[in-house]
Amino acid sequence: MWNYSEKVMDHFLNPRNVGEIVAADGVGEVGNIVCGDAMKLYIKLSADKQHIDQVGFQTFGCASAIASASALTEMLRGKSLAEAAALTNQDIAHYLGELPEEKMHCSVMGMEAFQAAMHDIRKKHPELNLPGGENDLTGEDRIVCQCFSISERKIKEVVQQNHLTTVEHVTHYCKAGGGCGGCKGEIQSILDKLNGSAAAASPAAARPAPGAPLTNLQKMKLVQETFDEVIRPGLMKDGGDAELVDIDGDTVYVRLQGRCASCPSATQTLKHWVEAKLRELVSTALAVEEVKG
Amino acid sequence: MTNEIVYVDNNATTCVAPEVFAAMQPFLTEYYGNPSSVYPFSGPAAKAIEQARVSLAALVGATTEEIIFTSCGSESDSTAIMSALATQAGRRKILTTMVEHPAVLNVCRNLQKQGIHVDYLRVDSQGRIDLDEARALISSDTALVTVMFANNEIGNLYPVWELAEMAHAKGALFHTDAVQAVGKIPINLSGSAIDFLSLSGHKLHAPKGIGALYRRRFVPFAPFLAGGHQEHGQRAGTENVAGIAALGKAAELAQQHLAAEAVQLAALRDRLQAGLLASCPDAMVNGDLQHRLPNTLNICFKYIEGEAILLRLYQAGKICASSGSACTTGSLEPSHVLRAMGLDYQALHGSIRFSFSRYNTDQDVELILAVMPGIVKALRELSPFGRN
Repeated sequence: MWNYSEKVMDHFLNPRNVGEIVAADGVGEVGNIVCGDAMKLYIKLSADKQHIDQVGFQTFGCASAIASASALTEMLRGKSLAEAAALTNQDIAHYLGELPEEKMHCSVMGMEAFQAAMHDIRKKHPELNLPGGENDLTGEDRIVCQCFSISERKIKEVVQQNHLTTVEHVTHYCKAGGGCGGCKGEIQSILDKLNGSAAAASPAAARPAPGAPLTNLQKMKLVQETFDEVIRPGLMKDGGDAELVDIDGDTVYVRLQGRCASCPSATQTLKHWVEAKLRELVSTALAVEEVKG
Repeated sequence: MTNEIVYVDNNATTCVAPEVFAAMQPFLTEYYGNPSSVYPFSGPAAKAIEQARVSLAALVGATTEEIIFTSCGSESDSTAIMSALATQAGRRKILTTMVEHPAVLNVCRNLQKQGIHVDYLRVDSQGRIDLDEARALISSDTALVTVMFANNEIGNLYPVWELAEMAHAKGALFHTDAVQAVGKIPINLSGSAIDFLSLSGHKLHAPKGIGALYRRRFVPFAPFLAGGHQEHGQRAGTENVAGIAALGKAAELAQQHLAAEAVQLAALRDRLQAGLLASCPDAMVNGDLQHRLPNTLNICFKYIEGEAILLRLYQAGKICASSGSACTTGSLEPSHVLRAMGLDYQALHGSIRFSFSRYNTDQDVELILAVMPGIVKALRELSPFGRN
C-alpha cells in the first residue's frame, strides 16, 4: 500500500477548487485516459490580468493525482503570474508533505497542466506579452517516450529539478520509459549528457563508436549482442519476442513473434523499433527485413 | 480492530481460520522436533505432516504420494514448469495464456531468454481462451501446457480437463495453477489427465508460506530444490510443520464447507453485482459470467480510477478490495488480464475486484452497496471524462 501523508489524504478526500471555470483566461489539459491520469486546469485572471484570481480543476487519476491538482490550485490562487511561473513540481510535493517516489509524476502532471494553461493565456492574451512558450517539435519538444508522449524537454526538466540519476527515477517522475521500455536507452543518454557521466562508464563503451567502420565479423557480433541484450528483452517485456534469422551484408533478417499488446501507440511497428535500435547501437547502414512465418 | 474491517479481498489472501490456528500452534510451541529425527519426541511432527497430506489429497481427489508440500504457489508453479522441461529434453516449447498469474508468466518470459519457445493463448473480451487455437499450438515439441484453473482477477474458470487431454494427445505434460480454485470449487483429480496442480495455503484460510504441488503418479519429475531427502526426495528443506498442519486443517474445513459455501458466496456476489449495476451508472462486469468462481466479482466504473475508489472505500467503511488499475501496483501498466481482454481504457483503470470468503456476511454487501454510489458520483464529479 502507499504511504500517503495526511495532507495528501486530506486533499484527496476534500479536494479544493473542483470544477470548470466557464470564462477562464487559460485552460490547460494534460495526460489522457490511456495513461491512467489526466488533468484539466482552469485559470481566471484578476481584472488587471496581473494576478491569478480563480483556479479550478478536474482530474482523472489516483489519490495523489487528485491531491496534487488540489494542492496546485491552492498554491496558484492569488499569485502573480511571475510568482506562479517560478513554481516547480517539487513545490507541490513539499506542500503535500511529500509524495511516494513512484507517485512524483502526479506532481509533474500538475506543473504540466499549469504550463499548458499559461500557454493558453499567452494565446488568448497576446497583449500581455508574457515571456516564453515556444514549442520546437524537432528539438527538445521531440517525443522520446511514445507510450506516454513525454518530450525530451520534459525529461530534462524532471532530471534537473529533482536531481535524478537513473532511468528508473525518470520513470517514477514522469512515466517516460514505463510502457514498452523502448526509449530507456535514450533516457539513459539524456541522463548521461546532463549528469556529465563519461560514456566510458556504460558497458556500451566497449563497442566501437557508432559510425566507426566495422569488419563483417564485428558487425555480426554486435548485431547478435544488441539483439540478445537490448531487443529481445525489450520485446519480451510485452510478451513479444524476435528471432535473429540471418545477416546478409547490411540487411538483418528477423522473425517477429507475439505483439506489443500494452503499448498504446502500437502503430509504430515492431520492425521500425528493431531497426532503429540496431542503427543506433550498431550501424546506421543497417536495414531490417521481416521474415514471415 | 480487525472486526471493523470489511474484508472482501479474499483472492489476495484470506484470514487464518481459528481452527487452523489451533491446529498449527502445537508445532510452534511444544512439538518443535525435526520430523526427520529418530526419537519419539519428533513423532507428533512427522505424524502431523502425514495427516495433513491425507486431508489435502482428499480435498483434490489425489492419493497421498501425489502431494508435495512447498513454500507457496509460486514455488509449486516453478517446480512444475522446470520439471517438465528437465524431464523432456527433446521438447522445447511451452503453451500458456496471456492471463496467467505472474508466477507462471514471468517464469515463461525468463525461459524465453534461454531459448524456450513460449506461445501465449489470447483471450476474448470475456477473458475466454479458444480451444481450437490451443489445439493448433500444441505439437510434438511441446513439453508443457500450463493454464490456470481460475483467474485471480476476473474469476474465470478455464477448461483445464479438456486442455490436459489435448496436451496428452501430443505427448506433452499439463500443469494448472489452481491457487484460486482449490477450496472454492470441487476438484477431483483422480483419473484426470492433469499432471501437475499448484495450490497455496493462504488462499484457503491457512497462513502464508505454505503451498503444495500435486504431481500425478508416475509422471517424470525433477526436484526444484535439491538437498535433503524431505518429501521423498522431491523437495528439499526441513518441513514447515506448523504450516503443513495448518494447510491440512484448512483443506479439511474447505471440504466440509465446500458445497454450502459455493451457494453462500455466489449469493453474496450476485447480490453485490446486481446492486452495483443498478445503483452505479456506466458500470460493467468483467469476465465470463457463465464460468466464474462463485466468490469473485470484477466490475469497472468508467471514467474514474481504481486507486481513488479503493481509498474512498476504505475511508467510508474500512472496506478492503483491490483494483487492476496501474496506480495501485506501482507499475505504470494496468492489469495485463484486462488489457488482454481488450477492455476500453476508460473502463480499465476503474476496475475493482471484490472477492468473498465464508466469513463475509450480508451486512458486508449492504455496506458496500450503501457507500459505492456516492463514491462513484463524487469521483466522477472530479473527472474531466464522461460528461456530456
